[in-house]
Amino acid sequence: MYKERQLDLTRRHFFDQAFGRAAGFGIGSAALASLLGERLFAENAVNHALDFAPKAKRVIYLQQAGGPPHIDLFDYKPELEKRDGEPTPESLIKGERFAFITGTPKLQKSPFAFKQFGNSGAMLSDLLPHLSEVVDDVAFIKSVYTTQFNHGPAQIFQMTGHQIPGRPSFGSWLSYGIGSEGQDLPAFVVLLSGSSNPEGGSACWECGFLPTVHQGVAFQKTGDPINFVSNPPGMTADTRRSSLDLVNKLNHEHLDVVKDPEISTRIAAFELAYKMQTSVPGLMDVASEPASIHEMYGTTPGRPSYANNCLLARRLVERGVRFVQVCHRNWDMHGTNYNDDVINKCPQACRETDRGSAALIKDLKQRGLLDSTLIIWAGEFGRTPMRQPAPFLGRDHHPKAFTIWMAGGGVKPGITVGATDDFGYNPIEDRVSIHDVNATALRLLGIDHKKLTYRFQGRDFRLTDVEGEVIQKVLA
Amino acid sequence: MHTWMRSILFLALLVPAVAQSQPPKSVDFFRDIQPIFVKSCQSCHQGGAAPADLRVDSPAALLKGSLSGKVVIPGKSSESLLIKRISDKSGLGMPPSGPLPDDQIALMSAWVDQGAKIDDTFSANVLPIFKSACYQCHSGSDPKAQLHLDVKSMALKGGASGPVIIPGNSKDSRLVHRVLGEDGQAQMPLGHTPLTTQQIATLQQWIDTGAIWPDGLSAQGSAPTHWAYVKPVRPQLPVVKEAAWVRNPIDRFILARLEKEGLKPSQEAPKETLIRRLSLDLIGLPPTPAEVDAFVADTRPDAYERLVDRLLASPHYGERWATPWLDLARYGDSDGWTQDHQRPSAWPYRDWVIKALNANMPFDKFTVQQLAGDLLPNSTVDQKIATGFVRSSMLQTEPGTDAAENSWNAQIDRASTVGTAWMGSTIGCAECHNHKYDPFTQKQFYQMVAFFNNSAYTPEVEDPVYHKKNAFGEPQMDLPTPEQAQKRDEIKRELQTYKDKLNDSSPEFQKRQAAWEEGVLAFEKQWRPLLATKVVSTDGTTLTAAPDGSILASGKDPDTDTYILDAKAPLGEITAIRLEALPDPSLPQGGPGRDYYGNFMIHDVSVQAGSSADHLSKVAIKEILRDDDAPTVMDDPASQVKQVWVVNAAGHPDRHRVQLLLIPGQPLKIGDGVLRVTIEHKSDVHGVNLGHFRVSATDARNPKMVIDVPADLRPLLNVAHDKRTAQEAESLAAQYRSVSVELAPVREKIAELEAKIEDLHIPKALVLAENPQVPHPTTYVRMRGAFVSKGDLVEADVPNFLGKLPAGAPPTRLGLAEWLVSRDNPLTARVAVNHYWETIFGRGIVETTEDFGTQGAPPSHPELLDWLAVEFMDQSWNVKAIQRLIFTSSTYRQSSAVTPELLERDPSNSLLARGPRFRVEAEMVRDIALEASGLLSQKMFGAPVKPYQPSGQWGWFPGSRPGTDIWQISPGEDKYRRALYVYIRRSVRYPSLTVFDAPSRETCTARRPRSDTPLQALTTLNDPAYFEAAQALATRILKEGGSDTSARATYAFRLVTARKPTAQELDTALSEYDKSLHHFEHNLKEAQAITGQPDAERAAWTMFSNALLNLDETLTKE
Repeated sequence: MYKERQLDLTRRHFFDQAFGRAAGFGIGSAALASLLGERLFAENAVNHALDFAPKAKRVIYLQQAGGPPHIDLFDYKPELEKRDGEPTPESLIKGERFAFITGTPKLQKSPFAFKQFGNSGAMLSDLLPHLSEVVDDVAFIKSVYTTQFNHGPAQIFQMTGHQIPGRPSFGSWLSYGIGSEGQDLPAFVVLLSGSSNPEGGSACWECGFLPTVHQGVAFQKTGDPINFVSNPPGMTADTRRSSLDLVNKLNHEHLDVVKDPEISTRIAAFELAYKMQTSVPGLMDVASEPASIHEMYGTTPGRPSYANNCLLARRLVERGVRFVQVCHRNWDMHGTNYNDDVINKCPQACRETDRGSAALIKDLKQRGLLDSTLIIWAGEFGRTPMRQPAPFLGRDHHPKAFTIWMAGGGVKPGITVGATDDFGYNPIEDRVSIHDVNATALRLLGIDHKKLTYRFQGRDFRLTDVEGEVIQKVLA
Repeated sequence: MHTWMRSILFLALLVPAVAQSQPPKSVDFFRDIQPIFVKSCQSCHQGGAAPADLRVDSPAALLKGSLSGKVVIPGKSSESLLIKRISDKSGLGMPPSGPLPDDQIALMSAWVDQGAKIDDTFSANVLPIFKSACYQCHSGSDPKAQLHLDVKSMALKGGASGPVIIPGNSKDSRLVHRVLGEDGQAQMPLGHTPLTTQQIATLQQWIDTGAIWPDGLSAQGSAPTHWAYVKPVRPQLPVVKEAAWVRNPIDRFILARLEKEGLKPSQEAPKETLIRRLSLDLIGLPPTPAEVDAFVADTRPDAYERLVDRLLASPHYGERWATPWLDLARYGDSDGWTQDHQRPSAWPYRDWVIKALNANMPFDKFTVQQLAGDLLPNSTVDQKIATGFVRSSMLQTEPGTDAAENSWNAQIDRASTVGTAWMGSTIGCAECHNHKYDPFTQKQFYQMVAFFNNSAYTPEVEDPVYHKKNAFGEPQMDLPTPEQAQKRDEIKRELQTYKDKLNDSSPEFQKRQAAWEEGVLAFEKQWRPLLATKVVSTDGTTLTAAPDGSILASGKDPDTDTYILDAKAPLGEITAIRLEALPDPSLPQGGPGRDYYGNFMIHDVSVQAGSSADHLSKVAIKEILRDDDAPTVMDDPASQVKQVWVVNAAGHPDRHRVQLLLIPGQPLKIGDGVLRVTIEHKSDVHGVNLGHFRVSATDARNPKMVIDVPADLRPLLNVAHDKRTAQEAESLAAQYRSVSVELAPVREKIAELEAKIEDLHIPKALVLAENPQVPHPTTYVRMRGAFVSKGDLVEADVPNFLGKLPAGAPPTRLGLAEWLVSRDNPLTARVAVNHYWETIFGRGIVETTEDFGTQGAPPSHPELLDWLAVEFMDQSWNVKAIQRLIFTSSTYRQSSAVTPELLERDPSNSLLARGPRFRVEAEMVRDIALEASGLLSQKMFGAPVKPYQPSGQWGWFPGSRPGTDIWQISPGEDKYRRALYVYIRRSVRYPSLTVFDAPSRETCTARRPRSDTPLQALTTLNDPAYFEAAQALATRILKEGGSDTSARATYAFRLVTARKPTAQELDTALSEYDKSLHHFEHNLKEAQAITGQPDAERAAWTMFSNALLNLDETLTKE
């Protein structure tokens, strides 16, 4: 089975590279497939094209940009509480570089209370009342580390496996590897909320050297969700249709003369564009959702928010989108001013994200979609268990250890993998790299991360660079 | 040799894991098959010009097959063309010299049936270990211990102490002992991380299975034999049959190959097609109908060449050809990275490129000026601007970034960019380890980096747009017009006279300063402390008043608290009230706050006054001033809570007394009344309350004098003048100058003059400057590419396997540039002509424009590439001349129409049996629509412009300040300027260009992908910028297109595609137009919405224009 897929990948790869083009949104462009005289990827690509039996068919990646403080949310540390205010043991921080901390910083306990929840007994701080209801569906990984300590590079590393812009992001790899399940939406959609764009910018969802068709399409928060999906003001759908008919007829007539198959590809692209014009407005219309759903997510139709994006993510995966990246940037808290301190900002960031994230799990579950949808909740790094010298309570960036969680799509529910030391500073059990997380996610999608490759500049690149081990404990 | 490694992967993908009935003998490719190929097949079937495109000199190429498709079907010898052909003994089989012996045919068949496996463990697994861990010492002409691990025969022979590899016996192989650290000797690789267990196991297994080392796989030790690393020599022109077709030597190479393949070139394209093709290629714009008519009517024999020459001389030539170069230069109008700050000084370099191309600056000069213009003797302004190429690397401005690391990142990018742009090499791969496939070592990469490690920079620079300090700043140069320069110099001269006045240090000045100092000290005595009659905390803090009026907090430290102090007014009239925050040993770190670090934060201070505590009214405060430089949270407009005073005492280890001054709107005439001062702490943050403080009042006329000297300088006032250090003395003098009442007019004048210079808006350019104290730059190798892991110190040098710096060239960027354009450099000319070829034909002679290394694609026409490269150098790097040669070839002039047979034979048109046909670059998509509709502005050069883009793309950057980062549509014709001038914000490029594959310009891009997506269709259909072009085109049709519908439709066609429609096309167009007209006649409201007028005809032409601007042909160079 998997060999067959490799053949397909190779063929696809060959066409992409040899012709430098791709039609439509990855797979699903019947027109291109037929004109090339062979099937590229069909809509059931997933079923025959995998290295392993897939558990997840799609991914919703809840990107928590800014660096959520693991110490204040997931990783309860009684020892830290005891030694609050003491100088940080030198053994931990000798020779370390921080973005802002200088000198010997002081240990800082979490100002929030922790409790156990669910049958799994997962510890959560009281800032996450909604997640606490679904902890038995979630796998926490408390021993993740990254290699970057500034936001931009760390986010780009998290999403692309390399800290410098220019590599394909996770969603692009998936679009390239297994395409879309649907016909009229991009395979990879990005939804943004928070105080600004993530520092890593669009490099967090770019396609790097993969064909542009695999780029994440970032929906706009205002105006058209997809640039130019609306007709110019006042133009009816009929008028658009008849102008497209003229384009198509003239393109066909020219195709008859010059016989270049590129023209067929363009005809197919225009037809897909027209389909998107019809499907996108319905997709975005969350007012059609029942009140109970809005209650669950905490959404108000017409008001953009992270929760609204979670609801949209569900609607997108229902329509066959392969990878939805929901990015919320509001987790940075250095304590340089009132709005930047852990005591104020952390509860605020939780209020913004907790309900929507938890609702997504509940909603997918009640629709029977959770088993086939992988949810990943992760920031680019954690925050120091030490207080940053600042007038307010701040924590600096901490790449050495932090917590992420995964749910659905073949993830073993109700477990915790990995642990950190008494201070939440270093992992002491099951150390997990960003590459390991991505390798695991691909494994759940039925893909061997070492085999999803693309040749560029003489090298076979992959999402996990030259590393990555599947975290076996996470697999159900 | 390296292509073999590729084959392993390729095979891994292709070989089906079908269970085979194993024949008795297992065939090994390298042992059994390769020798047959070498002996009997390879003399013809090798290299880029192999017959039928079938190469057997690399397994990858072999398995890729020939022009007829795959020749090896793994597992199926009977279906494999290779086996069919060698088994054919009719006389038409292969090899042509006569059939192979039967046993060899049997071996070949068995190999295919066994899955056509190529188990080259050596190149797949072993060689990479050798390269990354061993070759730094054990390769080249003088390896350590005389052990050559890079040449098969020598490696198997061993080193000074005998054999190290015993095939079949890893236990006794010293290679294994040494990497394990056995034999009582230091573990190999010396001084580096030991090999992993898995790597050692790989070596053991390889030795145990016989240490099979396929022939021909020597590595870097011997002279490089990869074609790209050998200097090109002018090849003989091939002989062709159809000599009449040949216009110049290019055609001879192309035709020879076509004849070898049994193909014929296509007919010449129609003149209308040719002029559009040439116009797009040379100036990036479609021709006007008048230009088409003139060319069609021109029957002179050299009409075509004249056209090429006209276009080469057009000022738009530079605009068109700038784009591919700027892709290499990673030119952008912002810094990139996290905050992606705007970079208003970038564009002079972009203009330099356009001008240099228009002036046909020879490519060697073009190279030297961009890499080292600043190092040329008596370098001109333009030569300095040219170094903007180097400066165009990204800049990280996120707070917390290290300046040295920023500099290092820039250097890495600069070296890698030179590698891609001039050397077609992926030298950046050697940042972390020796290059896995090409001969670049990690050391060589850092030697290249070292060339860029000698540029001047400052570790901190003020960003004028964002009003913040960035880590790492490089020089900029003012570019005034002569008038601006004159004005600026005049102002500067005047400014200098005032600055001289300000910087007075005469005895007179010193006397005044001394008097001022005394005044400040004496002024301290003009304050009367408020002696509390009552002082309370609302939340339980214990506040204790001392006789000097100071109040100390102790006991409970509540989350939020308000201190209220009542006192009898100490003076009858009060002009100011001050709050002093005082240190105290009882407070954390000595105070003055109660926070762990002694910090505090006050949200509000208010004053009430009245005749008694029961009759108080609020005092309006006009001004709040401070004498500390603590973070000014109150200035943060994003702040939701009023915060008047935040003191970061942690940043002041001396714990100075700091003061807050409250100045009422009117002096308080209070008599013997009561004052109440309320200090509010509203933060939720635990314990950031004030710990020790005093409130006092004054009736002095100039109360601000109390903060004339900031807290950190104040102790100096008590140091005798002759005891102060020079720096201390200067600090105080500078402080006096900044507050002295006598000097106020001078300061005002200086500010005014400085503002005047700002108002001149003199453009700046990013330039480089070399540090002259370091004649031979160096840098440290970084282990695994990590900035903090320094390795050996290396001196700037070029990779030695590619030659050395030319005699007399300095070991600087200048030497590097001279080396790149020296006749001995094997890469530069090839890379340059290949880049032109790719831009014109859509595919380079080397398809992988960015990689001429062993992993890149082999050239489709190697002799042509070399011929062009040598010709380019012989013509003194004359860019327009070499391009003219391409444009005037018969090859270029072919029709691009294709037949199914040709498509089958050569889908990617690598053989060029037809002309190029592909979707134009992003920039041209925009420019074609603007030009055809008549909107295009002719303006050239200058600051970037902002045409329509959907709202919400900008203004969402971390680190933006209010008012910055706004995409305001450019006024007037600027919004209709060529795409080249559109603002390039690297993290959010103009969406309508990005969607057509314009790169982000974050890093060097040698080759753009060419995609076709529905998002592109949505853009050209609906982007208001494109719809405006449709509206304008409709206006043009109505105005210029004649009076009847047919003439108008024809005219529209000609504007957009440069040709007349066929009868059938015209029929189609007219019938759709009629339908559309009919529709709008019945829907005038929609017509109004679309055109702004209730005009059905105009609306119908608008939709017609919108359709034409979306034709495949419009977006395509045909």
